[in-house]
Amino acid sequence: MTTMAEKTDSVDAAGTLLDLKAPLLDLDDVIDDLNTRIIVCCGAGGVGKTTTAAALALRAAEHGRNVCVLTIDPARRLAQAMGLTELDNTPRPVVGVEGDGSLHAMMLDMKRTFDEVVESHSDPERAQAILDNPFYQALSSSFAGTQEYMAMEKLGQLRAEADTDGTWDLIVVDTPPSRSALDFLDAPERLGTFLDGRFIRVLTAPARGAGRGIGRLLGAGFGLFAGVLTKILGAQLLADLGAFVAAVDTMFGGFRERAEQTYALLADPGTAFVVVASPERDALREASYFVERLEDDKMPLAGLVLNRVMSVRAPELSAEEAMVAADHLTESGEHLDAAALLTLHADRMRTRTSQQRLAMRFTAAHPLVPAAQVPALAEDVHDLEGLRTVATLLTQPPSPPLSS
Amino acid sequence: MPVDSPSPVAGADWSDALLHVVSGKGGTGKTTVAAALALALASEGRRVMVMEVEGRQGLAQLFDTPPLPYDERKLSVAPGGGEVWGLAVDPEEALLEYLEMFYNLRRAGSVLRRMGAVDFATTIAPGLRDVLLTGKAIELVRRKDKGSANPYDAVVLDAPPTGRITRFLNVNTEIAGLAKVGPIRSQADSVMAVLRSERTAVHLTTLLEEMPVQETADGVAELRDAALPVGGIVVNMTRPPMLDAQSLALAATSGLPRTRIADGVAAAGLGGARSKAGKAITDALLAEASDHAARVALESTERKQIAQLGTPVYELPFLAGGMDVASLFELSRLLREQGMA
Repeated sequence: MTTMAEKTDSVDAAGTLLDLKAPLLDLDDVIDDLNTRIIVCCGAGGVGKTTTAAALALRAAEHGRNVCVLTIDPARRLAQAMGLTELDNTPRPVVGVEGDGSLHAMMLDMKRTFDEVVESHSDPERAQAILDNPFYQALSSSFAGTQEYMAMEKLGQLRAEADTDGTWDLIVVDTPPSRSALDFLDAPERLGTFLDGRFIRVLTAPARGAGRGIGRLLGAGFGLFAGVLTKILGAQLLADLGAFVAAVDTMFGGFRERAEQTYALLADPGTAFVVVASPERDALREASYFVERLEDDKMPLAGLVLNRVMSVRAPELSAEEAMVAADHLTESGEHLDAAALLTLHADRMRTRTSQQRLAMRFTAAHPLVPAAQVPALAEDVHDLEGLRTVATLLTQPPSPPLSS
Repeated sequence: MPVDSPSPVAGADWSDALLHVVSGKGGTGKTTVAAALALALASEGRRVMVMEVEGRQGLAQLFDTPPLPYDERKLSVAPGGGEVWGLAVDPEEALLEYLEMFYNLRRAGSVLRRMGAVDFATTIAPGLRDVLLTGKAIELVRRKDKGSANPYDAVVLDAPPTGRITRFLNVNTEIAGLAKVGPIRSQADSVMAVLRSERTAVHLTTLLEEMPVQETADGVAELRDAALPVGGIVVNMTRPPMLDAQSLALAATSGLPRTRIADGVAAAGLGGARSKAGKAITDALLAEASDHAARVALESTERKQIAQLGTPVYELPFLAGGMDVASLFELSRLLREQGMA
């Protein structure tokens, strides 16, 4: 089968999707624009965000760009589709990409990324002390929230590599599946509040060998505060925590600086945020939240990708008409197989109507946000060909509106 | 008792559990299932708390109430005089409450806040958030033991998604590893003791799709490794096959008799078998049937996968009209019929 025939097939596979009444999001424009250096995919869990990121990355590579895709927690089969067999925190070339471009893919190893930050920003002795600290070990591998920070840290690193040796001219990132995926936007401010606050001085005071003396210098609230901490945490725990904070004190400063740089990078017009959703109430509500948050922060929003849209093949035949026809056949007692197919069509049309209503709530609230849609596929992506199909569907214009 | 009344809770699959943790991959409807389960558990005059921890106000939307404050609010009555209460936990308030409860230190809260410690505890070190949230759930569970004035017969926790659930529930083990002795250690130990006992059941919601089912299987394995009690699997938003087995088999191989369908389309007045309109509709119906058959085949594979997990499975249908309070009652009735509550 030729490539042309495959393309025709996948175009046909789309059927008729929703009428979103929103400007069309042309993702080919986004990936073909050499000024686009970063694409960030965000959205609720379970809407096909990682698949969207991987499909866009593959298409960009096959359009001649040198792409690195950073995924957070890909489904096993998707990882295999890109030839990723282990989580080793290094971009690996994806085999089977057509054309002159290139595609590298990596899975984020949160702990390893954190370890690398520690190692590159402290002298070996101090780095070891941090890596051995029980607090560090808990923070870097088990606590929620670290993932969001580390994803942004890794993005900053990849971008720095791209700038120095030109390995990649486009980085596609997938974000963790939670609303806190945008927490990294707050990171510079939060770290600032923390670092400039007195809390850190309190924590580090015992490790510096200062005793209650410093407490008196810091003012009246301090004695009570130190007492509270000791009472809650216990003296040993407080000392461990203090040692940890003291050890990472300098590193946190660098962390804030990089968080600020990454923030600036994200706000740059060379970045394109793609909000991914499915035509379901919760997913679209999350999409609204992301869109509003990105607009508040003046982040460059490319648009909305609506996955898993019910496609119908005969939109001109309404659910009601199909049901009337099916009932007519059932009553006549003949053509029961055609009646069953008409009932199935009516069911799909009703689903489509409900998806249309949900999608319209989003587009009515955000009429200027461009949107693209992808039909629900029977199976998940298992190989590069599957990703290619998704990419084709992502970038093809919808069928022309009905004439009737 | 009327014949169609659901069986008493005592005979249900998880009658020993006081804490029902509901997790699931994003998009599988875990908040809906948590709310329906709370309603199901609340029948027969029981008092049930459903608690959400992700700040999304999903409960208020489901029960059609104003956004929940960090305060226990009655959300609904249940059949047979039961009550469902709701609580949206705010980590910062939970921290202050925790300080008061264990150390009688609420007054110190303002000092801690000024020092940036509250910010630190709830945002910079987000893992502490999980400690507070699990701690709050256990506090609600224990009220009954302690003979508190407002106890709950069961607590349903609308928990973080499957990918994070084991870490979330296990966070107190991490804490126990950090604090060798002291009040934090004993609190962490006692939270883990409840979470690891038969008084807890961790239910997972899924859809009949590859990724959520794979994630559910991984989640079950992780929970078992961490010695956390796996509850039931709730397969959500199922749709019955729209065609009989024979037609599905034919549609799967594009083997439906085209001529007969075309005649049927003509008989229904949708266009003659040779007309352009008739042909187009026949093609469309055949293509939709084969899409549908592929979908049903995948679902049957996924069902088999789920059955192999070795834990009770419950199914809830997709409700085309969307979710409202009435449909929550419908789902809770279905859960009771299947013995989940």
